[in-house]
Amino acid sequence: MTPHLLRQVLEAKAARRPVAVVTDLATGAQRMVARADAVRDPLAGILDAAFRFDKSGVERTEQGEVFVTVHNPPLRLVITGAVLIAQALIPMAKAAGYDIWVVDPRGAFATGARFPDIQLHAEWPDEIIPQIGLDARTAFIALTHDPKIDDPALALALTSEVFYVGALGSRKTQASRVERLKARGLDESALARIHGPIGLSIGAVGAAEIAISIMAEMTKSLRLG
Amino acid sequence: MNALDTAGAWLAEGRKVAIATVIETWGSAPQPVGSQLVVDGDGNFEGAVSGGCVEGDVITAAQDAISTGQHKVLSYGVADETAWHVGLACGGKIRILVEAVK
Repeated sequence: MTPHLLRQVLEAKAARRPVAVVTDLATGAQRMVARADAVRDPLAGILDAAFRFDKSGVERTEQGEVFVTVHNPPLRLVITGAVLIAQALIPMAKAAGYDIWVVDPRGAFATGARFPDIQLHAEWPDEIIPQIGLDARTAFIALTHDPKIDDPALALALTSEVFYVGALGSRKTQASRVERLKARGLDESALARIHGPIGLSIGAVGAAEIAISIMAEMTKSLRLG
Repeated sequence: MNALDTAGAWLAEGRKVAIATVIETWGSAPQPVGSQLVVDGDGNFEGAVSGGCVEGDVITAAQDAISTGQHKVLSYGVADETAWHVGLACGGKIRILVEAVK
């Protein structure tokens, strides 16, 4: 790899532009292909699948063996609720490669001391979430238990391409949440996307174990759909 | 920081750098395709291409790549003739691309 190519890849990653590097395994020759240009590439079919499934791999082509490395934008996790479960979840999500946003208009909760080294916004979700931009590499979870904060954010998440939507609360809480969101005009198929009660059923006790169950459920959605 | 970011940072410091990437796996391999290890001319490294089983050999190959500029594709597996010294205890097989950044 040339330093120039490495710089191009790092620049694309920083700008959340999906790119792939194609390496001819016989000669070592390499080129970068932006996702936007993949459709015009001789390896269009291979590249499209690689981007779509976030899957690097060796491909046997007429020109010989090539290795396609996909550099999809980093995963993102957007949370409403600067609460204890968020504090427990953030280090795990970071270790799994997520960039983290926490949104909570309650200034007493959303403090830098409680949430260092993340994107923290002590603002209302409907002001800040459109700026973050929810995409297919983003997970959204609602943790405040407060409909004034969670509902508008859920409405935005459910009309976006996020790969996971989770909401904290019992079955009863979830049922009333669904009724409220229906009243906001969300349809059944959108509402069916909410994982609520949030997290895999592992008998979690306390914030750390609930965070593990959420992390596991998010990972399942990401990898298995 | 992922391996490519590390490679960029090390290059900016004037260090010689090679990158090893898992390009294919069969059976139970500890690190998925795309996993990377970045190595400098002194053998310092970040990242992983296995559970520690073959890193030593890969680092040596990476330093060779830094001096020769030649890329190389390495294969490891328990069925391999090199299994006596380096192999994968987990029973999987992996192929690794080793290349200098230059």
